[in-house]
Amino acid sequence: MKKVLNRHLFTNVLGLSLLLFSTSFYAQEEAAATEVVAEEASASGDGDPVKGKQLFNQNCAACHALNRKMTGPALANVETRLAEDEGLDREWLYTWIKNSAGMIASGDSYANKIYAEYNQAAMTAFPTLSNQDIDDILAYTAAPPPAPAAATATAESEGGSGEGSGGISNEIILGALVLVFGLLVIMLFLVNNTLRSIARANGVVLEKAKAEKRVPIWKAFAQNQFLVLVAAIFLLLGSAYFAYGWMMQVGVDQGYAPVQPIHYSHKIHAGNNKIECKYCHSSARVSKHSGIPSLNVCMNCHKSIYEYTGNPEGPSAEDLANGYTNEFYTGEIKKLYKAVGWDEENQRYTGETQPVEWVRIHNLPDFAYFNHSQHVSVAGIECQTCHGPVEEMEIMYQYAPLTMGWCINCHRETNIKVEGNEYYEAIHAELSKKYGVEELTAAMMGGLECGKCHY
Amino acid sequence: MASNKKYWKSEAELNPNDSIVEALRQNEFTEQIPVDEFLGDKENLSATTTNRRDFLKYVGFSTAAAAVAACEGPVHKSIPYVFQPDRIVPGVANYYATTIADGFDFASILVKTREGRPIKIENNTDAKVNGGANARVQASVLSLYDSTRVQGPMANGEPIEWKILDATVRAKLGSLANSNQQIVLLTQTHASPSTDRLIAEFKEAYPNTSHVVYDAISEDAALNAFNTMYGERALPDYDFEKAELIVSFGADFLGDWQGGGYDSSYAKGRVPKNGKMSKHIQLESNMSLTGANADHRYPMTPTQQKIALAKLYGKLNGSNVGGGTSDVDEAVDQMAAHIRKAGSKAVVVTGLNDINAQTVVLAINKLLSSEAMNAEQPRYVRQGDVAKVNKLVSDMNAGRVGALIMDGVNPAYSLPNAADFVSGLEKVDVSVSFAYNNDETAQAAKYVAAASHYLESWGDAQIKKGHFSLAQPTIRELFDTRQFQSSLLTWMGNDKSYYDYIKETWDTSILQGSSWNQALQDGVFVTSETPVADVEVTDATASSEDESSAEQSSIAPIAAAVRSLVNSTSGGTELVLYSKVGMGDGRQATNPWLQEFPDPISRVSWDNYITVSKADAEQWGFENENVANGGLDGSYAKLTVDGTVLENVPVIIQPGQAKNTIGLSFGYGRRAGMKAEMATGVNAFSLYKNFSESQNVTVEKASGMHEFACVQLHKTMMGRGDIIKETTLEIFNTKDKHEWNYMPQVTLNHQEIPVTSPDADLWQEFDRSIGHHFNMSIDLNACTGCGACVIACHAENNVPVVGKKEIRLSRDMHWLRIDRYYSSEETFAQDEQTKDESADGYRATMLELENPSENPQVAFQPVMCQHCNHAPCETVCPVAATAHSRQGQNHMAYNRCVGTRYCANNCPYKVRRFNWFLYNNNDEFDFNMNNDLGKMVINPDVNVRSRGVMEKCSLCIQMTQKTILDAKREGRVIKDGEFQTACSSACSSGAIVFGDINDEESKVAELKKDDRMYHLLEHVGTKPNVFYHVKVRNTDEA
Repeated sequence: MKKVLNRHLFTNVLGLSLLLFSTSFYAQEEAAATEVVAEEASASGDGDPVKGKQLFNQNCAACHALNRKMTGPALANVETRLAEDEGLDREWLYTWIKNSAGMIASGDSYANKIYAEYNQAAMTAFPTLSNQDIDDILAYTAAPPPAPAAATATAESEGGSGEGSGGISNEIILGALVLVFGLLVIMLFLVNNTLRSIARANGVVLEKAKAEKRVPIWKAFAQNQFLVLVAAIFLLLGSAYFAYGWMMQVGVDQGYAPVQPIHYSHKIHAGNNKIECKYCHSSARVSKHSGIPSLNVCMNCHKSIYEYTGNPEGPSAEDLANGYTNEFYTGEIKKLYKAVGWDEENQRYTGETQPVEWVRIHNLPDFAYFNHSQHVSVAGIECQTCHGPVEEMEIMYQYAPLTMGWCINCHRETNIKVEGNEYYEAIHAELSKKYGVEELTAAMMGGLECGKCHY
Repeated sequence: MASNKKYWKSEAELNPNDSIVEALRQNEFTEQIPVDEFLGDKENLSATTTNRRDFLKYVGFSTAAAAVAACEGPVHKSIPYVFQPDRIVPGVANYYATTIADGFDFASILVKTREGRPIKIENNTDAKVNGGANARVQASVLSLYDSTRVQGPMANGEPIEWKILDATVRAKLGSLANSNQQIVLLTQTHASPSTDRLIAEFKEAYPNTSHVVYDAISEDAALNAFNTMYGERALPDYDFEKAELIVSFGADFLGDWQGGGYDSSYAKGRVPKNGKMSKHIQLESNMSLTGANADHRYPMTPTQQKIALAKLYGKLNGSNVGGGTSDVDEAVDQMAAHIRKAGSKAVVVTGLNDINAQTVVLAINKLLSSEAMNAEQPRYVRQGDVAKVNKLVSDMNAGRVGALIMDGVNPAYSLPNAADFVSGLEKVDVSVSFAYNNDETAQAAKYVAAASHYLESWGDAQIKKGHFSLAQPTIRELFDTRQFQSSLLTWMGNDKSYYDYIKETWDTSILQGSSWNQALQDGVFVTSETPVADVEVTDATASSEDESSAEQSSIAPIAAAVRSLVNSTSGGTELVLYSKVGMGDGRQATNPWLQEFPDPISRVSWDNYITVSKADAEQWGFENENVANGGLDGSYAKLTVDGTVLENVPVIIQPGQAKNTIGLSFGYGRRAGMKAEMATGVNAFSLYKNFSESQNVTVEKASGMHEFACVQLHKTMMGRGDIIKETTLEIFNTKDKHEWNYMPQVTLNHQEIPVTSPDADLWQEFDRSIGHHFNMSIDLNACTGCGACVIACHAENNVPVVGKKEIRLSRDMHWLRIDRYYSSEETFAQDEQTKDESADGYRATMLELENPSENPQVAFQPVMCQHCNHAPCETVCPVAATAHSRQGQNHMAYNRCVGTRYCANNCPYKVRRFNWFLYNNNDEFDFNMNNDLGKMVINPDVNVRSRGVMEKCSLCIQMTQKTILDAKREGRVIKDGEFQTACSSACSSGAIVFGDINDEESKVAELKKDDRMYHLLEHVGTKPNVFYHVKVRNTDEA
């Protein structure tokens, strides 16, 4: 991974241009595919695959994929498949989609077979879908899905760009620089020698004797006791300053970004997909802990998101430079499946779990009590205030120093959110009268008292 | 039990002529350590490669390396749930209602769990009966995490699987069906409707089964007496709140008498309301918790008590009871006069395990038609049957028992004839003990069925008729354990889970259509009572109809009982066995919290001992002395009861002990299957002959002195009435507040001003009128000294256990202590008088006042950090580690403390505790904080303190902060009663009330305005946020 990274550093421009090319290629391909679909659809004449895709994503995608078994069966060419294998027509599908439970109850053989095959989980009934809607969806499922082909193409083009971008590396440039400096030194030495020999030849006496008479500056310095004293004091003060600064860094792990067992990208989740922080860290609302989400929370989405397709334009050059390819991310999702014991093939939990041992990043000492809900729910502070731009963090790191001075500063400066909170009403009125201010800081409420955090 | 076994360390020891043994005895290190040899050899020394400088280099380098390595923070792993149960939010506590029914303690409780771990027991305020957790119940959560638990089933000491045990037992039970040997279930009192049904069904499945209920401390006489009179083997229920007069003949009803749980109703009647409070007369031998709370206490031997009881009955009945000693007559006259005055508002109880005494007491209450006694709805918390137990032991020895299944009992320890039991057990083919620890019985039994803790089990209980409670597991079994009932179901071939079984029992016969889920959530269920009026009416008619006949039939046995009582004689010194508040019958002897819990009366922890009166001690030559390091030492005694000898019993000289009696508590002296630290005291059960708590005993002095771990060496207040202010009901009712709750004065400009006046103040007052201002009120009238708050504080605040040695050095860590004081004269008031009148000879008087009276008044005072508004500790802290908050709490920042201990020296209340050592992860202190299991009880919201820091009560700031945060989050005003501390919520008697005095409506604000309010050592001017209420005694003297 590291090598790739290095190589890519110097070929950003090249890579970017290649990428641009590949994305345009992808776009063309997709357009072409859509055309094909449209043609086919118009040929069969009873459904609009474009509309169907939209409906599919709205209603079906939570449980079905085109080419993959999920909670429900794969739906690519479902109509043809049913007609050929089971002899079932579109009418059967209408009934099934609108009221599957009724069909199972009525004793339809294939309905019961499917029901039994998929863990006896009845499909949600969609009475709201019209026959035309279903036609549209079926038209979409009947069309050969174009995405994989495009993805392969992208991958190929990526591979190409990867291969092509080798060549000049840092080391060569550095080597060249070293060589140049070496030459310069040698040249200087030679020039100096030449000049000396010329001078000697011309009978110029080098001022050696003169130099001997003069008191060297360090000796003069050493003889002046006052200067020595002052210098020593400054030296000591300076070193004390740096020593203090260094000592105060002990135990402050700002910027701590450990390698985690699963490469979880906050950038993708909170940034690209704009998932609300508290969707996963839900206990931050009510508890002192923000909580690392349990794996079943991950599976809420990752039951259906089994691979990373990333940006429609493919991975950015930066991602590629770091090795964050789509395959890499998909691999991380597989790690999740392994940990939670999810059998992708059969779409069920095996029960063989391996709890994930995350490395804790924010380590407040035991003697400091911190409550997330106080800050998140009561004060309404954004998570980013303390945790930094998490939505931009590919690798999570400790943003704030988490020192007591940092806490105290914020408590001094931050106003309490009293609006609409009945608890604060009386206290706010009295305190603002006492301090003669309208806005109260946490410090005025007693937020600087030792016992509020240390017990 | 003395053992004649000879132990030897090596074979050589068996040969008396072996010279090596003798040599080793004289000199342990027979070979000299070759120091001189090595240092003397210069050549050798110079040849060594490591010289002094190298050595120093290595030391320097390793120190520096260690220091540098320490700069790197450790990597913490965080492991979330794979599937998080939706009820659990990390960091938020869940509460479950459950029930403890371990055979000794019965209570409806709430269990606080964090991340699925039970960490604290709370009172279930919904429960109308036994909703308060006593000290042992509070501590029971730690027993769950006992590292000495039996972790799986065993056969002959080897671990086996449940499957194999089940198969073996079932085969044996089946084969016994057609034999003449019986199957016996020997169990604790379950008081469980489902277990009763289960055992009945078990008997159907195996018809040759008999069920024997065994209580280690028997209430057999009371049960039999009630059975004779009311036709049910149960115990009458008492409501002491309704009583205006309580007369107790040796009944320690604030302790464990008849299952306990009476302190809250007692305390309610003891708080003066409208000039009235109940009056309590106690006749007893040992100074019990109940006697310490009494208004009048007569120290009497059990024999005297019996005679007095008989005579009292005679007085009330109008019949003449002659005989007996006359030295009880005065007391009897007084009591009779009081009882006549109180009429049906009086109640008489007795703790004498004597059927005659119990019968007479029931007769007296019936005669008085006492409102406080409820025979309609009796209690079922003791069901042990002595006759059956005795028969079982003889049956076992006669080989008539084929299988013995034991649950919740440890007869090999707690039977007086334990040796007979063990020898009988060897003759039983299949003996199974459902054991919690590998105790004496478990070691003697063939199979040990590892029993689940009650917090891991389903269960139900009927504590009082019609009052049902449910127990639910709050954690999955920590080990491979199974509860008794589930095993019975398995052995009956029933596939049902015990949960289903209970649910079935409840649905069919208890709930009467009410919701099971609701009952489970509440933990308690009261069967819809028939309207009270109806019951009384039918009662009245029934009794009036039956009166003449009933009286006729009952008079004869009562007369006989009275005769036998009055003729009782004692043969010298009487030993009175009792149970301690901390240890009970000893089933939780492995619990370090309870071992370290100081006895409320003697203030001794980690021990039991005989209590003797001062006069008797002088006669026998017993001594108590304080040695140079502040520890208390006491003589040893040798006790002989009916041929059984108990050696080396330590002696405590107990004020108030009746002459010619000694007391000794049960529950100690367990040795099997426990850590050496916990194996304390002597086994009093060996003297519990015929299950009678009073025995004739021969006492002899033995050599040597015992080292006690006593936390309070000071016995009296030496006339300083401002520590515990008290008065009598008469003065309280008639005199001005100034007379009995005097505010100390100071002189300012030659004028006397009250000490609380701002002019008398050195400091400026802070404005605490905004926000919350916490105060705690402690009513000395309601406080019985039970100590539940002490254990609750332990659990809530992660207070470490320090062990006997440290306690002896006064290094106890209890944040909350309950001081006990004796009066030096007969009353505390007289103490003050003596002090005031001692103008000359002051020193001699004070020395005299140090000694408690023969029968002193006793007062309890819970003392924790007083959270002074002008705190002396805060001004002397050099690092500002302790500071005051606007909310009235005195904060302690442990990480800031450098351990100078100035604060402790400057604290007038002596409530600060110093961590002399690291008490967690330290093999020197091998208690619960030294193993992973025991650490599970730690409250995650409170810091575990390290060595070298001062700690003290925080007024449970973690709880007040949580209450505030909850209100903020929900955007509401905090209601009164929401603010609680561990001690205030544990206090079932309502003595400790906590709240916000800035909330004018709050109870604590009202209590602060009460006339009885005073501050401890008010004249010091510390302005504490904890205040007390003057103790009022309902004595006759003006």
